[in-house]
Amino acid sequence: MNQWKNFSKGLFKENPTLVLLLGMCPTLGVTTSAINGMGMGLATTFVLVMSNLVVSLVKNLIPDKVRIPAFIVIIASFVTVVELVMQGFMPALFEQLGLFIPLIVVNCIVLGRAEAFASKNGVFSSIIDGLGMGFGFTLSLTLLGAVRELLGSGAVFSVKVIQGDLMLVFVLAPGAFLALGYMIAIARKFNN
Amino acid sequence: MAGKRESNFINMVSTLLVVSVVSAMALGSVYNMTKGPIELAKQKKTEAAIKMVVPAFERIETVKVKSALEADSLVFNRAYVGDSLVGVAVNTFTKKGFGGEIKLMAGFLPDGSIYDISVLEHKETPGLGDKMQASKSDWAQQFKGKNPANFSLKVKKDGGDVDAITAATISSRAYVDAVQRAYETYLQNKGGN
Repeated sequence: MNQWKNFSKGLFKENPTLVLLLGMCPTLGVTTSAINGMGMGLATTFVLVMSNLVVSLVKNLIPDKVRIPAFIVIIASFVTVVELVMQGFMPALFEQLGLFIPLIVVNCIVLGRAEAFASKNGVFSSIIDGLGMGFGFTLSLTLLGAVRELLGSGAVFSVKVIQGDLMLVFVLAPGAFLALGYMIAIARKFNN
Repeated sequence: MAGKRESNFINMVSTLLVVSVVSAMALGSVYNMTKGPIELAKQKKTEAAIKMVVPAFERIETVKVKSALEADSLVFNRAYVGDSLVGVAVNTFTKKGFGGEIKLMAGFLPDGSIYDISVLEHKETPGLGDKMQASKSDWAQQFKGKNPANFSLKVKKDGGDVDAITAATISSRAYVDAVQRAYETYLQNKGGN
């Protein structure tokens, strides 16, 4: 199969956040600023690639009836690795994202790709698929974070662009739904 | 899917066992590798906070003392130059925050006035309550140099002297609650040792 297609479908046609609408919990929770969205996206990308890699390697060794618990254990292990490493080496980022890192385990994207792609495809394709999906997730989270940060506190990546008080609602939970709704609408317009 | 293992009892149990054991071993080794750096990062953070809230010091004595307000205990970091006390950094907290617990490091001079306060941990609303952080706004500057003996640690709405953060009165109340806890405990333990 064409590897570029494997990669780019995660970015556009099957973008996990904007088209498949998977993983809404971290999406709405962490995107209060662009940097938070990006950190979460990259952490998820790492877990996705690693779990896709391992799942595609062991897919024939795991009996069908226990594949879901086996996948979950594999994913949970990688998430814990990310959590520990981040806590040790990137304490500033961990402070922002700490609460959401364990939620990567239940992120439907990760299990979804393991089940729908990695358990049926080769190792290389699975890594590419994980990368594509991960970057698609990172891209939409960063964008959403940037939009919310700009409208809510007048900054992008913590660099102040607009002075004064803005629409605070965008930093709060309702703003996440509003901004996400508009982004989905725009993405659909382009995908059609 | 040729070569796929059959879903019989032995296969299922052994697969899950192997998967769990391998994961457990991997996690164990990662935990051992990151244990040091994690401890270090936490320690650094506390040290930086202490340095911020008390004047320059040569050594720190850390003691646990009973809180003046409830059965809990607070950690006092007494800062000395030579043998004279230059300030006390009190590890204080409140449970009244808008988003739960807030942890502060409040620094007092020997005369009881506030030197500086630093936020260690909070879950307040970004853009509103998080203005209590020195990096987000100057709000906490108003406490600098004030002595709670003649500066009522209550927000103005409650009859005190503290300007609340706009649209974040609950967060402001929680903040002064934590400072108040630190101050009262400090007074009780001042003469002690």
